[in-house]
Amino acid sequence: MTFARIFSKTLGFIGYTFQYACVTHCTFEYVGDFVICSGPSMEPTLESNNILFTEHLSPRLQRLRRGDIVIAKCPSNPKQNICKRIVGLPGDKVRGNFARSHVVPRGHVWLEGDNSGNSTDSRLYGPVPEGLIRSRVVCRVWPLDKITSLTDY
Amino acid sequence: MWFRSLCRSVFFGLPIGITFLDTVGYVARVEGISMQPALNPESKNTDYVFLSRWAVRDYTVNRGDVISLVSPKDPNQKIIKRVVALQGDVVSTLGYKNQYVKIPEGYCWVEGDHTGHTLDSNTFGPVSLGLINAKAMCIVWPPSRWQSLEVKLPENRKPISTAT
Repeated sequence: MTFARIFSKTLGFIGYTFQYACVTHCTFEYVGDFVICSGPSMEPTLESNNILFTEHLSPRLQRLRRGDIVIAKCPSNPKQNICKRIVGLPGDKVRGNFARSHVVPRGHVWLEGDNSGNSTDSRLYGPVPEGLIRSRVVCRVWPLDKITSLTDY
Repeated sequence: MWFRSLCRSVFFGLPIGITFLDTVGYVARVEGISMQPALNPESKNTDYVFLSRWAVRDYTVNRGDVISLVSPKDPNQKIIKRVVALQGDVVSTLGYKNQYVKIPEGYCWVEGDHTGHTLDSNTFGPVSLGLINAKAMCIVWPPSRWQSLEVKLPENRKPISTAT
């Protein structure tokens, strides 16, 4: 008898864990999540070990604007994420490497880090497909004394 | 009471369903003629394929796989193509701006089977592995076409040199 009760309790617990895992997955995938950034490319706006809140709705609805800070998959390594600012939208003229000017092609964006001297960005690997953009940064939540909104409007 | 339990089922059932579609896979309709003759051999009836998300969870694909990916030209559109070359391979292109292209790290070269009637890497160049959405495993509908998709490359479209 006790064995059956323990069994059904365990089963119920696993079921609840599974349900909440699914709810968490959907929230992080479709609504918003938290990201820890590392590296110098976005200084002085962002520093290493800042925690950012990002939302996934704007990239899905294609409502990205110039000046937005976004999280995207790195074009040369899909397992790595990059955090950059959108400098050019399709049709814009941008200055690339060696002062060559490019026109951003359809379905792409031009990403640059704020720390232009120390950033691997579109000036190196060219325009980035919009399909690689995962989320848009809304605000910084950590450290607590530097909580700020990071949207331009 | 029944209303509350219905709300509860929807609130928990919906995320489970979405998570399943996101991590395991889903069935999608193939449009267009770009993958003839492997998919949609007759233009009239369209095939439904099972797309496995699980198979590409760590972005590993092989030459000859049929994959679905987000179009680099339009993020709203998904396209279905065959992987021809992986990073480090040299491929002989058909009408791209360079005759020979070495695939950079983190990219692959995709082509439709129906040469000349497909919008593929010969138009937009190598695509980033991050754009890969799923791997097509089998045709599930119509029943007469029920089969798994072969991993194969046409002899004349093999890369000139392969990395590994």
